Amino acid sequence: MSDYCISVEHLTKRYRLGQGGSSNDGLRHQLEAGVRALFTLGRGTSKGNKARPAQNEDFFALNDVSFTVKPGEVLGVIGRNGAGKSTLLKILSRITPPTSGQIRVRGRIASLLEVGTGFHPDLTGRENIFLNGAILGMTRAEITRKLDEIIAFAEIERFIDTPVKRYSSGMYVRLAFAVAAHLEPEILIVDEVLAVGDAQFQKKCIGKMNEVAQSHGRTVLFVSHQMSAVRKLCSKGLLLTAGQTGGPGPVEEVIQAYLGKISASERTLDLTKVKHDAYAMQTARLECLSIDDNCPVAYGEPLTFHLDVTCDTAIADAILGVCFDTAEGYRVITLDSDVCGKVLDFSKGKYRVTFKLPRNPLSPGLYNIGCAMFSGGAILDSCNAGVWEVVTGQGDTMTNRGYGGARLTFDTEVAKL
Amino acid sequence: MEELIISAEHEEKNYWRDLWSYRELLYFLAWRDILVRYKQTTVGVAWAVIRPVLQIAIFTFLFQRVAKMSSGDIPYVLLVTGGTLPWGLFASTFSAAGDSLISSSNLISKIYFPRLLVPASTLVVGLVDFAISLSILVVLMIWYRYVPDFRILTLPLFIILAMMASLGAGLWLAALTVKYRDFRFISPFIVQIGFFISPVGFASSNITTPWERVLYSLNPMVGVIDGYRWAIFRGSTPFYWPGLLLSLSVSGFLLFTAIKYFRHTEKSFVDLI
Repeated sequence: MSDYCISVEHLTKRYRLGQGGSSNDGLRHQLEAGVRALFTLGRGTSKGNKARPAQNEDFFALNDVSFTVKPGEVLGVIGRNGAGKSTLLKILSRITPPTSGQIRVRGRIASLLEVGTGFHPDLTGRENIFLNGAILGMTRAEITRKLDEIIAFAEIERFIDTPVKRYSSGMYVRLAFAVAAHLEPEILIVDEVLAVGDAQFQKKCIGKMNEVAQSHGRTVLFVSHQMSAVRKLCSKGLLLTAGQTGGPGPVEEVIQAYLGKISASERTLDLTKVKHDAYAMQTARLECLSIDDNCPVAYGEPLTFHLDVTCDTAIADAILGVCFDTAEGYRVITLDSDVCGKVLDFSKGKYRVTFKLPRNPLSPGLYNIGCAMFSGGAILDSCNAGVWEVVTGQGDTMTNRGYGGARLTFDTEVAKL
Repeated sequence: MEELIISAEHEEKNYWRDLWSYRELLYFLAWRDILVRYKQTTVGVAWAVIRPVLQIAIFTFLFQRVAKMSSGDIPYVLLVTGGTLPWGLFASTFSAAGDSLISSSNLISKIYFPRLLVPASTLVVGLVDFAISLSILVVLMIWYRYVPDFRILTLPLFIILAMMASLGAGLWLAALTVKYRDFRFISPFIVQIGFFISPVGFASSNITTPWERVLYSLNPMVGVIDGYRWAIFRGSTPFYWPGLLLSLSVSGFLLFTAIKYFRHTEKSFVDLI
């Protein structure tokens, strides 16, 4: 028990929902409360009479979380969106205080919740290295010593005295990560920062983090949606589910537990509850997007899903489209009904259109699903439906080789020349 | 090995040590603001001189020619300059500090560092501007062949007093603005009203009734500006001790309570910002 570098004890973080902090207890509110307190002062009201929002508006981002991390461990924190991962990292990074419970940390801690925190667009690359380094906790002497190394890692030697607002987004990210990669803390906390940047640079970053964790014996806490990265980097995993956790375990077990949970939920996306783009000619509505019963959402497996639409009038020659975007916003595939040669003629009423893929080509990961309906070159309705996670298929033994968004089946032939 | 404890309690033992270990960040934040401010401007740092020069010209005209106020035996423009510079330090620090936390919300929500550094860096920026605009005073004094005496040596003390008042008021405003955005509208008023109730364009000796003078000196900038003029202009304005003591205690009180309030609220900034 004494051999820890992070010990989290009964950590709880409560947020108040609804109006948000600012308007609910704004100045007017406080003044009112103050005046009211003045008037009730003499009447001896009880203390419990404070104007407080009802308890049911409270939301527990973390609820009684306890675990320890040993020195040199690389812990992958995984969980769905809203499970409390970011809150945990924010508390560990001392950005926000816990509501109750405590954390003991032994060693210098540095956190990287975003690359390029504090970068100023008007400053040059070199100036930003100093500024960002200082924000991350480096001393000026330390930055000066590592300056050349950082510039070389970022591969931006030629542009180092150009304002970063003129950089391409790739250069910007490379520079930002280069600074962060040269931090030398005993404990490093990393949020999903690797989601940015191209595949090659992601690889370089993961390599750098591997090096940090293994050769320098540093403790790393790593949050990611990319299971392949977690698998590759981490020895242990911590699964957060609705603000609670069962504690760290071997990384593979934790990943399996997570994937088992996620594939069972939100297979049906109710499109009446999401925001639709507005169009002048809205004669049809997208109602529901659902995965066929018992169909897995896994790479390499068949995928069948349904799109339900309601037409207010007869619509001839309609096209229904479903697209899959990565979390970073890159479109991986689009499935338009006219591509497979089907002509859809609807009369007034409700329809279910089923999409059948013999083999799901999407690499494991999270995808934003967009739906749209067209007719005669005009969009009738479109919306962002939600997020589906594609998991590793049963027969998929490949780890992340930088495949990109989709993998196709194909043959190779060898001929000796 | 030293152990860091993160818990809900407000008090942190190593608050000041932490602040000290991040002292370079104070420098970098101020350096950034100064660098960025004059990027893509044609005249650059000259703005730090042009603005106060125009102000001095207008105030001199208004108070001397229009309001027909007297400046004793020193040129009116010197009197105004002696008031404009410390007031400028206060006003720019105060308003910049008030907005500083909000405009750094991106930083505050992504990384830990002592939050006090953000408004404190605006004081450093204010001081740099102040130092540049001091050159105006020097030029004017050469022009009027006005040589200060030994009293000029006390000037740094009054600069420190001005810093205390600016930082105290600025910290209060910064911390309050995070929670109550109302203060974004209130702060320009405070600066405007503060200008009229401070002896920027005239001498405090215009206020002759004793109790009125005491009441007037509750404004900490009164003691500061009077002190400046006393130090620079060979004591031509008689030293007013109650004013200095009041200014010192009001500024000290302001700074002390501001730091207390700031420390009390800074942990919740990120949830409110």
